[in-house]
Amino acid sequence: MFFEEAVSSGPQFFNLVPWIVFFPVIGLLFNIFFGGRILERSRAGEKIVGGVASLAAGLSFLVSVLLAISLNGHPEGMVVPLADWINIGELNIRWAFQVDTLSVTMMLVVSGVGTLIHIYAIGYMHEDVRHNGDPGRFRRFFVFMNLFIAAMMILVSGDNYMMLFVGWEGVGLCSYLLIGFWYEKGKDGIGNALAAKKAMVTNRIGDFGFLLAAFTIFWTFGTFKFHAIFEKAPEVAVANPGALLFITICLLIGVTGKSAQLPLYVWLPDAMAGPTPVSALIHAATMVTAGVYLVARSAEIYVLVPTAQFWVTLVGSVTALFAATIAVGQFDIKKVLAYSTISQLGFMVAAVGMGAFVAGMFHLVTHAFFKALLFLSSGSVIQGLERGHHHVEHDPKLKKQLKGHAHDFDPQDMRNMGGLRERMKITYWVYLIGAIALAGIPPLAGFWSKDEILADASKEFSWAYTLLTLAAIFTAFYMTRQILMVFFGKARTPAAEHAEESPLVVTAPLMILAVLSFFGGLINLPFDGFHQFAHWLEHTLGEYAHPGEFILVVALLSTGLALVSLALGWWLYNPRRYEEFWAIPAARRPDDPLRSYIGPIYEALKNKYWVDELYWAVFLNPYIDLSRFLADVIDWRFWHDWFHDRVIMGGYNLLTRLLAIRIDLGGIDAAANGLAVLTQRVAERLRQVQTGYVRNYALSIFVGVVIILGYLLLR
Amino acid sequence: MNSLLNNLLQPLTLVTFFPLVGVLIILFLKQEQKNAARWVALITSLITFGLSLVVLAYFNPSYPDLQEVINLPWIPIAQWEIRYYLGVDGLSILLLLLTTLLTPISILSTWTAVEDRVKDFMLFFLLLEVGMVGVFLAQDLFLFYIFWEFTLVPMYFLIGIWGGPRRMYAAVKFFLYTMAGSILMLLAILWLGIYQGSFQVPDLIAKGGIPANLQIWLFLAFAAAFAIKVPMWPLHSWLPDAHVEAPTAGSVILAGVLLKMGTYGFVRFNLPLFPQAAVQLAPWMAVLAVIGILYGAAVSYAQKDVKKLVAYSSVSHLGFVMLGIFALNSQGVQGGILQMVNHGLSTGALFLIVGMIYERRHTRDMDAFGGLWKVMPIYGALTLIVALSSMGLPGLNGFVGEFTILLGSWGAGQPGGPLGSHWYAGLAAIGVILAAVYILLMFQKMFLGPVTKDENRNLKDLNWREIITLLPLLILIFWIGLYPKPFFVLMAPAVDKLVAALQTAVVAGVP
Repeated sequence: MFFEEAVSSGPQFFNLVPWIVFFPVIGLLFNIFFGGRILERSRAGEKIVGGVASLAAGLSFLVSVLLAISLNGHPEGMVVPLADWINIGELNIRWAFQVDTLSVTMMLVVSGVGTLIHIYAIGYMHEDVRHNGDPGRFRRFFVFMNLFIAAMMILVSGDNYMMLFVGWEGVGLCSYLLIGFWYEKGKDGIGNALAAKKAMVTNRIGDFGFLLAAFTIFWTFGTFKFHAIFEKAPEVAVANPGALLFITICLLIGVTGKSAQLPLYVWLPDAMAGPTPVSALIHAATMVTAGVYLVARSAEIYVLVPTAQFWVTLVGSVTALFAATIAVGQFDIKKVLAYSTISQLGFMVAAVGMGAFVAGMFHLVTHAFFKALLFLSSGSVIQGLERGHHHVEHDPKLKKQLKGHAHDFDPQDMRNMGGLRERMKITYWVYLIGAIALAGIPPLAGFWSKDEILADASKEFSWAYTLLTLAAIFTAFYMTRQILMVFFGKARTPAAEHAEESPLVVTAPLMILAVLSFFGGLINLPFDGFHQFAHWLEHTLGEYAHPGEFILVVALLSTGLALVSLALGWWLYNPRRYEEFWAIPAARRPDDPLRSYIGPIYEALKNKYWVDELYWAVFLNPYIDLSRFLADVIDWRFWHDWFHDRVIMGGYNLLTRLLAIRIDLGGIDAAANGLAVLTQRVAERLRQVQTGYVRNYALSIFVGVVIILGYLLLR
Repeated sequence: MNSLLNNLLQPLTLVTFFPLVGVLIILFLKQEQKNAARWVALITSLITFGLSLVVLAYFNPSYPDLQEVINLPWIPIAQWEIRYYLGVDGLSILLLLLTTLLTPISILSTWTAVEDRVKDFMLFFLLLEVGMVGVFLAQDLFLFYIFWEFTLVPMYFLIGIWGGPRRMYAAVKFFLYTMAGSILMLLAILWLGIYQGSFQVPDLIAKGGIPANLQIWLFLAFAAAFAIKVPMWPLHSWLPDAHVEAPTAGSVILAGVLLKMGTYGFVRFNLPLFPQAAVQLAPWMAVLAVIGILYGAAVSYAQKDVKKLVAYSSVSHLGFVMLGIFALNSQGVQGGILQMVNHGLSTGALFLIVGMIYERRHTRDMDAFGGLWKVMPIYGALTLIVALSSMGLPGLNGFVGEFTILLGSWGAGQPGGPLGSHWYAGLAAIGVILAAVYILLMFQKMFLGPVTKDENRNLKDLNWREIITLLPLLILIFWIGLYPKPFFVLMAPAVDKLVAALQTAVVAGVP
């Protein structure tokens, strides 16, 4: 697909671009209005509802492919305006689509991976809605998924920062809705809803940064359009460097929210409360990479502000290592992958931060393949286990083995797994491919993209290179641990013993993603003549799209360290040793073999460095206390009850009574007295509410008003 | 006489006084003829809405000044006269439409909620509409004042008769509080009439020339009336009482229209009549606005009564409107006016939504709910849309208003701008985060989680009447969010003229 020639010829479908948004919108409207009835009446209802949604995503993918083909002939791309949006004076924001190699790359990933996940979800959600006891919610899932595709497409295709922001918050909404999809489940029945709210609010903090950046962009450049801004940026960098620094740092705040970087990453692990296809699509492959896209899109501003580049790189590389260490201490199969995602996003953010935009985008693409694969496979594992559990529960003989933990069985806890290699063969193999790709072992996709980042870092940012290499070591380690705990050894629970492989609708997308994870690196091999992806992005990023270099030392070192780390993982968690460890009586057995070696550190990892607790203590609880204090004490007891009811009303009553006794008064004060006395009597007498009285008193108020008016008019 | 009649049969007179036709008919009904009263009120208000569309049809959006004017002598007093002077321009056309739209919606919402003395209720409601429309159309200060005060009376009865348990307390507080501010405004109006020789707003603007120090006092006198109505922090104490006690329809109109009379007053009178004072006091008004935004949001978060939560959220939202107005630039003022409409739509819808659940459960305590989305899926979905609109999600109406306001006030914060510091917009933008916090908490408490209370298990989802009540608001929520251009187009020339006048006033005022 990625030819090098830049001749303006060949077919051109740029005007189709709005359909990447319209198709999913049509799909979701169809399911909103007809999906319910279809589900009720037709036996194949789920296939129709899911099929329509998948088709909508698929058509979106088709349009993206057509756009990519068009770009081959016309690599300069095109801006396709649709309508005006907000126009006030010099402020002109419009709905306009930018088709260029960068945006189309994102479109292909979003709709391509998105379509596969839609198809997978037809199978997955069929079981999920039954397992959770509400089959009617099948439709809602696909409505939200299509909404997500639409919003994400708006995000990546806008030709200006504000349209990007619409998508940016739109995907945040979908994330909220889908994390809270089973809003009555989770810890205490409210856990999922809380996770959803946490995601939305944390993202809003990031969006606050985005907004401040937007204000400054407008009052500095007078526009939100990418092209116009980038053209003027070098000029502004000289005349007003402070503004550019402010813009880039504030955008970074937005990035830390959406792409789950330090310090705003805390929502992503909790987001695993969403159904697994959601974790794969939104919280691994696409939405969370929006921050990376934002920095790549803003490349021409960032390269002008080295300070901002430093901070982006720092945030990314520290997050990469930080999250990778936490992943080592997790037992939930999806939590491990979640922290892994944060860590990998750190790689991408660091890459775009140091100006390696191609490497960052390359890793974004390959990561979308192998992380979607890993999440979807973990979903297959979880449902396999649930099937096994179901089987055991409904078999009286087997049920006896359950020993009372039938109801609190956690199908996501890796300690409840083991030996799945035998029972779920396809899932095992694809999972293995995903894990190797993630661990950065050649020749799989992850190796090439990660290595390109490391190679770029090694040249100018040695500190970032060190941090990222350390993160890569941890990556290989936690993936080895996970593979061994889940698939090797003996089954540790009856559920795992009776786990069943998933149906084809689930495994087929897995196999496609496995192929992509294996060969995905081919789009940008670091050898002359193979830099297709770099050349492709060159049309958009220009000189900032330098092709990756192959540095043999870096490649050998990272592969070697990954293998060492893998061996270490094998040494600690190999089936024989892990079974011996498991044979220790529960009372004396630590939760993980690693604890025996690094006890206190392991405790810190397992508890995620207590960051959530810290945030509660420093931000959330104080805010809750403050708002209660303002509401109850300041606003109500002081301002409402004491000041208004006591001081003003009481004081006024007292005053009018004094005046009334001493002085013979004219119309105004008589009327005012009437009001004052009224308020007083109302309090005493009208509690029983005689509507007749009310009318009388109200009338007297009205008369009072008339008297005042008359007096003022005629005096 | 004929020419007088011709003068009166103008769109603006008709739209203002047409509800009186309904009042007349209802007067002839018996108290028991509940449905008849409802239908008469609904149809009357729908026709009034139609008449406001006629006004819109005659409206020329490219003309910045008053249009469709009626200006007749009314009450002469010595050398002054009070005139029957109505007109509409870009500052008021949207608020006129909002008022005539919300009235039939509110009436429809009372269909089953109000069973007691329906006839009287409808009478007061239609009278209220006359007052509200008059406020937005009157261009003679005295006429304006009469309409302004007149709206108090029917609202007083609506709260006092059909309200909650503490209705009399709330009604009297509402009345007195608003009266107190109005008295000061009346004095300022009299001063203008005596020393400037006219009550007609365009005349007064054209004449100008009020010394800067006097402008400040007059500005503050007008502001006293308007700030209480808005309500600006810290003058909001009447609002939670009024909202909590008012019947649903009363709350919708109170939040949707009556509060806008305050913000509208600032735009219509304070800015053009006292431009130098407006510029001088802008930072102070903006400080109060920002405090209102943050304070309202924080206090909302701690509420247990959902109606009170929505009431305090109004303090926060109207803080945004005030901030936009006192950014004194096109983006801020246009955003502010649009946000008045947005707040009317989304908060109006929120009160309707609260009313719907109150009718079913007779409580507004959020802890009494939970898991309602499962029991009432349509209700849940519609509430979600309205809640997202209220928290300013892009693509829905609230964002367009909030964003333009913040953008405008950020621009006003540049060195040399009326606010002179980015802190105003920066702090106000935190309000966007806090809005998400309290709105999502409300949604979570009411709709998410498992159904824990037995009373909630068999609640009926919305019926068609209720869906139709919300539908126009939902359509507008999407429309303004996705394509606000037609709305901005209506107000742009008038706002640009106002902003330009403010700028020349500033230049002229520099010694």
